[in-house]
Amino acid sequence: MTAVVGQGLVRRALFLIPLVLFVVLVGYFWIGLGKDPHEVPSPLINQPVAEFALAPLEGREHGFNSEDLKGHVSLVNIFGSWCVACRIEHPFLTQLSRLGIVPIYGIDWREKDRQAGPAWLTQYGDPYTLVGDDPESRAAIAFGVTGAPETFIVDAKGVIRFKQVGPITSEIWEETLWPIVRQLQADSAPGG
Amino acid sequence: MADRTPIAGRLCAGRLITALVALWLAWGVSSAPAVEPAEMLTDPTLETRAREIGRELRCLVCQNQSIDDSDADLARDLRMLVRERLAAGDTDREVLDYVVSRYGDFVLLRPPIKPVTWALWFGPAVIAGLGLIALVVYYRRGRRAVEPPAPLSEQEEKRVAQILGDHRR
Repeated sequence: MTAVVGQGLVRRALFLIPLVLFVVLVGYFWIGLGKDPHEVPSPLINQPVAEFALAPLEGREHGFNSEDLKGHVSLVNIFGSWCVACRIEHPFLTQLSRLGIVPIYGIDWREKDRQAGPAWLTQYGDPYTLVGDDPESRAAIAFGVTGAPETFIVDAKGVIRFKQVGPITSEIWEETLWPIVRQLQADSAPGG
Repeated sequence: MADRTPIAGRLCAGRLITALVALWLAWGVSSAPAVEPAEMLTDPTLETRAREIGRELRCLVCQNQSIDDSDADLARDLRMLVRERLAAGDTDREVLDYVVSRYGDFVLLRPPIKPVTWALWFGPAVIAGLGLIALVVYYRRGRRAVEPPAPLSEQEEKRVAQILGDHRR
């Protein structure tokens, strides 16, 4: 008798397999749909910044190159005057630069007009220690950038430690970026 | 009825051909490369290689297009980079490796075969195989003669008699 009952249960369990598979698939799709496809996992985390050298913006003396990042923790921000989300982020960056906790370097990405970048910085404020002009995505590709704004945390040895896709808000700064920057600064402090 | 079949058949074939032609035309439109004449290399062999590499690389902006198909600025700059490296003497592999080192495997439209992507490459075949096995097993079992039910035990016989007896009353 028990054998027969057991077999019946197995039979019934077999019928449940498609349902279980279906639920698992729906689960995967559900998670997949919730992800932002533009958040491409970067292979560059914990890799040294590739060498690049960018010309200065028009009317400025200094450009920006990979050597400038050595010796201190820094933020590298990719922006463009054409980028709406950058304008949202810009007031925060300007505020942050006034605090003087961490130097912010700018990559002015793909300006069609050589005046546009400098004019934009004049109008909205310039939080950058150095800015490089990147009309042909040289540095942008070196950083594996897929859109603007993107911000990288680079440690004192010139190694990329974090990639922020999209505008930095004060919440994102306090919860995510600042703890990393603080830790890296503590690590690179002499005697620390 | 028999005389109508050929006409209907011809009609269907005509429609099918129209549909196929339309599809082919649409395909031609969608796969027109975005490469502009000014971008092309003067060396035709290098340009051909650049095109082949361009078709392998995903545009990071319009993610379902290759950089060869995309009009996005970033795709254009990646095309330039590919051409520059080819002109500098890189092999196709080196160019692809460079872009992958910046953007990861995601940038390849054909994911490489490695342990993480095994499920992706072989999953469908494995699932189809399992399905096939299940089908074969199912039909084999179905063809086998159904076993006659086991005879009733003495107790069961009594119970049956009792129930039937109840009804007869």
